Amino acid sequence: MESRKRTFVRAVVAAAVLAGLGSAAVAQAPPVKIGLLATLEGPFAAGGQDGMRGAELAVRQRNGVVAGRKIEIIKASSDAKPDVAVNATRKLVEQDKVDIMVGPLSGSEGIAVKEYSKTQPNITFINGSSGAQATTLVNPSPNFFRFNTDGGQWMLGLGKAALDKGYKRVMVIAEDYAFPYSQVQGFMTEYCKLGGKVPVKAWVPLGGKDYSSVIARIPKDVDALVVVLGGADAVNFLNQYEQAGGDKPLIGGSITVSQDILNYRGKRRESLVGTIAGAPIADAYEAPEWKAFVADYKKNFPDGYPSPSLFGLVYYINMKAALDGLEAVKGDLSDGQKKYREALTKMVLKTPVGDVKLDQNRQAIGTTFVTEVVKDSQGNLYNKVLRKIDNVNQTLGQPPAEFKIGSRDEPNCP
Amino acid sequence: MSAASWRGAMNLQAPRPLAPADQRAAVADEPRRRRFRNPVRAHHVVVLAFLLAFPWLTTPFFTYQIGAQALALGLIALSLTFLAGAGGMISLAQMTVAGIAGYMVAIFGTAATDGAALGWPWWLAVLLGITIAVLAATFIGWLSVRTEGIYTIMITLAIGVAFYYLALQNYAVFNGFQGKQKVFPPTLAGVYWRDATPFYYLALACALAGYLFVVYLLRTPFGIALQGIRDNPRRMHALGFNVTAHRVAAYAVAGAIAAVGGVLFTWYNGLVTPGSVGTGWLINILVIAVLGGMRHPVGAFLGAVVFVLLQNFAIDVIDRERFNLVIGVVFLAIVLFSRDGLLGWWAALSARMSTHRGGTPWKAASGRSYAR
Repeated sequence: MESRKRTFVRAVVAAAVLAGLGSAAVAQAPPVKIGLLATLEGPFAAGGQDGMRGAELAVRQRNGVVAGRKIEIIKASSDAKPDVAVNATRKLVEQDKVDIMVGPLSGSEGIAVKEYSKTQPNITFINGSSGAQATTLVNPSPNFFRFNTDGGQWMLGLGKAALDKGYKRVMVIAEDYAFPYSQVQGFMTEYCKLGGKVPVKAWVPLGGKDYSSVIARIPKDVDALVVVLGGADAVNFLNQYEQAGGDKPLIGGSITVSQDILNYRGKRRESLVGTIAGAPIADAYEAPEWKAFVADYKKNFPDGYPSPSLFGLVYYINMKAALDGLEAVKGDLSDGQKKYREALTKMVLKTPVGDVKLDQNRQAIGTTFVTEVVKDSQGNLYNKVLRKIDNVNQTLGQPPAEFKIGSRDEPNCP
Repeated sequence: MSAASWRGAMNLQAPRPLAPADQRAAVADEPRRRRFRNPVRAHHVVVLAFLLAFPWLTTPFFTYQIGAQALALGLIALSLTFLAGAGGMISLAQMTVAGIAGYMVAIFGTAATDGAALGWPWWLAVLLGITIAVLAATFIGWLSVRTEGIYTIMITLAIGVAFYYLALQNYAVFNGFQGKQKVFPPTLAGVYWRDATPFYYLALACALAGYLFVVYLLRTPFGIALQGIRDNPRRMHALGFNVTAHRVAAYAVAGAIAAVGGVLFTWYNGLVTPGSVGTGWLINILVIAVLGGMRHPVGAFLGAVVFVLLQNFAIDVIDRERFNLVIGVVFLAIVLFSRDGLLGWWAALSARMSTHRGGTPWKAASGRSYAR
């Protein structure tokens, strides 16, 4: 009895020692903490959720380990307001001590987080899905990277496509913040140059619920509406436009006809068929990398959308960049992450929609699509590719000196 | 229910906080005089020392995002605690007054967005901001003092929402949905006042000044008269007090406190947008004041600390997509189990302690106001 007890004690001690050794081995390569910020509240709550899915997918594809270091994701939420995004980021960086920050989702948030990143020079910030031009074009931050193309780049080619459809005069309805400014700039620069007219622009607040006054302002003589609204705003607008008996064809912003909107349940949904849009994503893109990505997304998230949304894809791209960079430096984040940042700067990132490289402001140069909404045999709506444009840079091919950043009044062609 | 009886009912239900009258009546004459001569007690010193040492005990994150934010929000909530506690007037427009001060600082000073920005020196901008906010608060008071109870809440809510839409839809001055970005405190005496520690001390100085001012004011003839008006306006009127004037003056004083808090909060966020004065924030200030309790000015700051902690850390407690549930449940629990927020809990606790020790003193007696 006594001896058996002693054996037991020995076994316990041995186990404890082994466990200690084991944890010591793990301690040699401590986990890399990555902060992940998306909007789980507010108008982009659905998009934010899919953004989280995309980022998680990138981690799962590597089984949560890069270069022998475990990846630990710490999530945070905002509601598309810049002050809330900065508070959440500050908590992740200063309290949770993350090494790398991925986020935020929305345009104004991106500008605010970029400004904050300047006060934390030893942390690397990688964008989530925010797409305001000003983030990387005006006062760029040396430690803020964006591996997705921006809202202006996404709209390239759409102006021509609209004129091809015969839309000679359009009204713009867009949310009143930096990202839609960029989207409208990307559309109008081309559209105005080719002779299109935009007599009225209506800027509405983000998270607005009542669009009746905007709908009342739609002139009779416009051929189509350019609707740059996202998330719940887009759904609200489409429903109210339907109820008001509106029948103008639509031209969509990049997040207006993303999967999170195409899958809402409403009568107006049918009339979205035929809507053209510019986006960094096209559901029916034929490339094998894209198909593999969609299959992987569906396998990992049975409760997700029939096809990943823009937010899902773009968060995936940025998180993949973060992890690929980590792989390139073998998990070495020493010296204020200097090597890591060099690796990111030089990297040619393989994404499901083609290769991405960065310009001198750490802004992506990549592929964009012109798409059209069609319906498949099961009744699901999806975006088919009208045109694919590679190597789109941030100034849309114009010399940087001539390029004017989008705002409420710029560009203008009434 | 007739309007008169409804008003009466509202009066009865109004929190009966900030009740030095109650306490003083119960306190024997002698200790009371001693308390007046030397109001500083041991726990005051401990709390003050802790507050002063706070930045050295914690990280910059806690100093700035928890400490400084709670102090700025607490100051705005203090204005409501004062109005509701001492004056019996629950105004939902206190965040509006704070927001007006923030907007004015941006408009007269510098901001990095479209719309008016006159670029005047920061001290002038702050001075003008507070002055205009006080004028606005006085106007709000003048409009709403003739109402009571739920009608005051309605009219101040209406004013708050009206200002929200004004800021949202006016581009020339308020710059619409974008609001005013990059509104920062100045660099003064070689210190950038938005850095964590300097900003914390700035907020602490303002919060202490506001707190002591309210504590002092409650003992002045004006403060006593205001509490008298809260308890029985008709009798005070019969005694020759001008009820309306006292109430409007209370709004003006509360406006000044909220304005200072508003300038701090604007500097803290570095921006002021319609979202900063939207219904969400109007209600949040009420939540903070109720959470802390309205029986004493310190309640506003206690409520702000709990509010800020929850906002920051609820997401760590539970599933990331459901964290608002935690915030809601905690608020509900505090309000449900205590008639007067955290201070109510504290009073109940100390009352029970002193009864257990066999003493009966005034603390137990003053428990009446929440145990009713």
